[in-house]
Order: sequence, then structure tokens, then C-alpha cells
Amino acid sequence: MVKWLDGLESLVRTRIENYYLFRKTQKPIRVNLCNSWQVLKMEKIDLEYFGEKFNQLQTQDPGTYINNIRKEGFSTFNKKGLPTYKNEEWKYTGISNLFKKEYHLSEDELNLRISKTDIDEMRLPGYENANELVFVNGRYVAELSTIRSAESQLVVIPLEEAANGIYKDVVSEHLGKSNLFINDGIHALNTSFIYGGVFIYVNKKQVIENPVYLYHISDARENHILAQPRSLVYVSDSAKLQLVETYKTIGAMDSFTNEVFEIVVNANAIVEYYKFQNDTSNASQVGTTHIRQIGKSYAHTLVASLDGGMIRNNTNIIMEAAGNEAHMYGLYLLKGDTHVDNHTLVDNRMPNCFSNELYKGVVDDRSTGVFSGKIYVRPDAQKTNAYQTNNNILLSDAASVNTKPQLEIFADDVKCSHGCTVGRLDEEALFYLRTRGISKEHAQAMLLQAFASSIVEQIKIEPLRNYAEELIVDRLQAQS
Amino acid sequence: MLSIKNVHASVEGKEILKGINLDVNAGEVHAIMGPNGSGKSTLASVLAGREEYEVTNGSVEFLGKDILELSPEDRAREGLFLAFQYPVEIPGVSTTNFIKTALNEKRKYHGLEPLDAVSFMKLMKEKIKLVEIDKSLLTRSINEGFSGGEKKKNEIFQMAMLEPKLTILDETDSGLDIDALRIVANGVNKLRDENRAIIVITHYQRLLDYLQPDFVHVLVNGRIVKSGTKDLALELEERGYDFIKDELSLSEAV
Repeated sequence: MVKWLDGLESLVRTRIENYYLFRKTQKPIRVNLCNSWQVLKMEKIDLEYFGEKFNQLQTQDPGTYINNIRKEGFSTFNKKGLPTYKNEEWKYTGISNLFKKEYHLSEDELNLRISKTDIDEMRLPGYENANELVFVNGRYVAELSTIRSAESQLVVIPLEEAANGIYKDVVSEHLGKSNLFINDGIHALNTSFIYGGVFIYVNKKQVIENPVYLYHISDARENHILAQPRSLVYVSDSAKLQLVETYKTIGAMDSFTNEVFEIVVNANAIVEYYKFQNDTSNASQVGTTHIRQIGKSYAHTLVASLDGGMIRNNTNIIMEAAGNEAHMYGLYLLKGDTHVDNHTLVDNRMPNCFSNELYKGVVDDRSTGVFSGKIYVRPDAQKTNAYQTNNNILLSDAASVNTKPQLEIFADDVKCSHGCTVGRLDEEALFYLRTRGISKEHAQAMLLQAFASSIVEQIKIEPLRNYAEELIVDRLQAQS
Repeated sequence: MLSIKNVHASVEGKEILKGINLDVNAGEVHAIMGPNGSGKSTLASVLAGREEYEVTNGSVEFLGKDILELSPEDRAREGLFLAFQYPVEIPGVSTTNFIKTALNEKRKYHGLEPLDAVSFMKLMKEKIKLVEIDKSLLTRSINEGFSGGEKKKNEIFQMAMLEPKLTILDETDSGLDIDALRIVANGVNKLRDENRAIIVITHYQRLLDYLQPDFVHVLVNGRIVKSGTKDLALELEERGYDFIKDELSLSEAV
């Protein structure tokens, strides 16, 4: 018998819960030893459906590289199941409850239901100058996308096409490397269903002037949607690329985006990565951005979370070459019942790498924030400089933050620091502003804006930075 | 203009002010002196509306209004200004933007249109000259990385911009060198006129040399125990607070 959850105990508990559930609702008690699996299936995750879909996908293109990765993924998923609170990395973020419903996986025919207007509504400022890639329910839709860069600079093709064509070697060498770092069930679930993502390739020495905007649309008008985008980006030597991801759920049903985005950066290349999360409260997400700096290069990431349901962001930087530099920023402004969990990883495997992380949060109402920042310094990574800061402001008594810096250092000549704060707004500063005639509400908004500004100013795409500023000003003024 | 009657105030249950009486009229400069811990800064905080201070008895009327009922921002809009002993550093908020916001909130309160960018810049230029502040400071975050003197100058600059009716200078002279003290005092003097009043809280004579107060009050243990002219300040400088304390214990003994 296959074990779907992390432990038997939770299985038992589920069964008992269901038992009471049925009792209370006066429905016939269906729980007994013979058909308990069926109940579990309904209540937890529709495994039969996933299994069916998986087999379907595998028979479509047997024997390919991706096919093998999927197989491994599905086997890991079967072994591990969805992560629960018992998994240290998931202690504060419980996604398994979100799977107590029937999700639909991507169906190609749904794509047609997305209109130009739907896309217009989510286009981010600066789009006139951007390569706009549209994903519907986790799958790239070329017909809805606009590539503005020349093909000689930037290649954007479906991942499967890349895996079978001239980029075959690149894909087989680099796709799936994140699996070694995150081996939980939810990541494996994405891997089990790698299909329909994109392959983005930047040619040598090409500085891409048009940023790549990725719009992820979940069409949850009829069903709960599980979207699992999986894409691979390869930035060649001395090239530059800016990536921006954003998400939108259409419809009243729930969406769950389980994304893995792998980015490979070669020597002297520059990558900027921005993630904007401002979706509806019925939209949940686990998103992994896995950046491998395989040549001495520069990476700049920023994750801004303004709205949504339950959100988990894994942002990983793997320093695979000496002299790498990475800057990671995060901003979460939370209200209502939104939950945002940022897990970061900087893995220093080679000497002389520099990394700096700054994550800031303002947490209001009943919302919750989590920050967990891991820095590894491997034995070979002498002269590592790695810094990490997480600052949080709580605006309500019911809001909470869990923050955990983790440094694991195995080299002796390194400079590392970490620090975190959780507090309220500076009362003295608030009073100072008020004694000059500024209302309490306005003063509070000014202070929060100031708090957020050190992150916002790290958005290097100007129209996006202005947009983020406006959004934040609106939010903070409405909130205070 | 300001009438403080029998004000008692405590912080965290401890009574600090034990019956303050003080009347300040337009055009006057009052100095409040006194030893450490006598309640000088508490008085300033109570007037400005700091929430930790609880007024347990007495009243404060400012321009005919009971200001104890008003929020700190409304007191400011009514024309009260507190120059802080320790001006707060606020990273990320530009000084210019802050002053503009403050000025326009005050104008709005009085039913006036906000100042447009051009008039605001004009006003800034005028006041920059008046208080001799380095204008590069104004593009920076509020007080962030300012020297002690720069912070105090910034307080006087804000005072100049907001044109308050009553200014309370809370130990504005502390931490200033001779030159900065002169500049700050000159700035204050330039802002004096028959419609405005100033309360100067200080330990030392030297600021008073510049400001030439009309009245000097000595605060000891939460009460004003002696009032006089500027000569009283000179006497204090010479003899210290002890002679007043001696007088006090004598009279209490009687």
C-alpha cells in the first residue's frame, strides 16, 4: 500500500475526523476498514485522477528525457505525499488542507476561453516594451503571447520542443536540478507533470532590452484549478535578462499554482528576477525560483507579495562558480487572512561569493508571515560574504510572524551575518510626525512607505517600480 | 494665549507634575529652568500631547481651546510647536516631503488650499536663508545621519516653515557648540514677533543670553517654585539651584 501522507498518524487522524464529520452531518457513516481509502481520496487529494493524468501524459511522449524526470517525480510524490507541519520546512505553512478539494489539472481546451481583455487586465506597466508570455492554467499559450525581442537574441519555445530539438543537451543538462535541493512532495508533484512550460534561451553577449513578463492565469470559473508551470531559462555568457512573473485567478473557484522556475546563469551574465503576487484570496501558491549561477555572474531577485491566499515562495541561489554575486529582496504587505512564507536558500559551493538578502514585511489583520533564510557555506567556499536581514512590522494583535535565519558554515574564512526584527511601528517617530500636524493615519502610512521603500527602490524596471510604489501607497493609505 | 492651571500629570502611575500654573501671552518669551528630573520635559510633552503622559488634574487652554482634548496633530494645527530635545531620525521619509505634508495638513485644517510646488519652494528658500540651514539636508531623510547641530537647526527650520503661534523649545541648546547655538538662537529671534510666544526649556544661561526672555520660571519637583525676570536666570547661573531649594525647604518648614 502506498503511503500518501508524511506519517501514518495523520492518516488515522484524517479517518477519525472524517468519521466525526459524517456523524455530525447525519450522513451514513462510510468509514470502515474496507473503503477508508476512498474517503481519504475524496477528502485529501484525488490520487486516482492524478494517476490517470500522469499516465496519460507519460504515454504522450514515451522515452524522452522529460518523461524520465516525470517518472522520478511521481515516484517521489508517491513516497512523500504532501508536506505537513511535521516537515521542518513546512512547519508554519500547511498546504495539505488546500488539497481537501478536487483540483483540475490543465486542459488544453480551456485555453481558448481566455480573452484578450482578461490579459489586458493583468498586463503590468512597461508591457509595451516587454516580451509577454501568457500561461493559462500552467501552460504556455503562444497564440496569446507576444515576443518583441529578435530571435537572434532571445529564444522562447515550448519546453518539450526544446527538449527534442537543438536545445536537447541544454535541457537534459539543466532541467530538474532543483529537485536535488527541494525534495518534498509538492515539488515532486510539479515534476510529475512537467508539460507545457517554456524554454527561454538568451544567446551569448545579448543584452535583452525587452524584459520578459510572464502572466500566469488560472481559469477557475468552473473548477478548482491546479496549475503547475515548469519552465527553464538559460542565460548564456555575458548576456542580460530581466524576468517578471505575475499571477491572476479568474472566477470564484480556488486556484493553486504549484510552480517551479529554473534559471541557469553563465559567466558575466546578469539576471534580474521579479515576482509580483497580488492575486485574489482564493488563489494559493507554492512557487520555487531556482537560480544556478554556473559562471561568475550577477543575480538580483525581488519577491513582492501584496495579496492572495496561502503563498509559499522558495527562492534559491546556488553559487556554482567562484566570485558570484547575488542580491535578494522581498516585501510582503499582508492583510485579511493571507499567509506568505518566504524560504530562501543561498548555497555557497565555491569561494569568493557575495550575497545579500533583505526581506521586509508589514503584517496586518489576521495575516501571517514566515521567513526562513538558509545560508550554506560549503568547505570549498572560503572568502564567502553572505548577509541576511528580515524586518517585520506587526499592525494588529492577531497578526503573526515567524522568522528563522539559518546559517550552516563549513569553511573558516567567511563573513556572514543575519538579523531579524519583529516589532510595531516606531511610536516616537509617529509622535514626531503628529506634532508637526500630520494625522496619525497619514503618519503611519508615511512610516510604512518609508519602511517598504528600501525594497521598492530595488525594482530596476522603472515603470514597474512606479507601479509598485503606487500600489503600496494606495494599500497603506487604505489600511491606516 | 496659553493658560496652564493646576496641571498634575503622571507617567506609568508616577506623578511628575504636581500643580503647574503658567500664563503666557502673545509676544512673550518664557524660560523654564530647573534641575534634572524636575519635570521640564514632561511639561513640554504634556503640552504637545504625548500619550504616555496622563493629565490627572488641571486644565490647559490654548487660544481659547482646551487642548488636552485635542490630538497631537490638532494641537500642532492650532499653532503649537514642540522643538524636540532629541529629534527623531526617520529613514526613508524625505525632509522636504515631510514638511510639505505637515504644512498642507495644517492649511487644510484651516480651510486653505494646499500650497502648490512653486509657492512651497519659494517659501522654503526664504526660510532656509532665515535659519541658515544647509539645503542639502532637506533632500535627505528626516534627521538621518544629521549631526546634533543639524538636527536642532532642522527643528528651527520646521518652526520657521510652520509659523506656530506658540513654540516650546525643549532643551534645544543641549548638544550644540557655540556656533550652532548662535545660529539656532538667531533663527528663533528672527521668528519672534508680537503675535507669537515662546517657551524655552533649558538648563543653561547661554541660550537665554541670546533670547533675552521676558520671564524666567524655576521648576522644582513638579512645581514652579519661583518666577522672575531674566535676572533670576543670572542668579541661578551664579548660585545654582540649591539656593532655591534651600529657600523652599525653609518656607516649607515654616
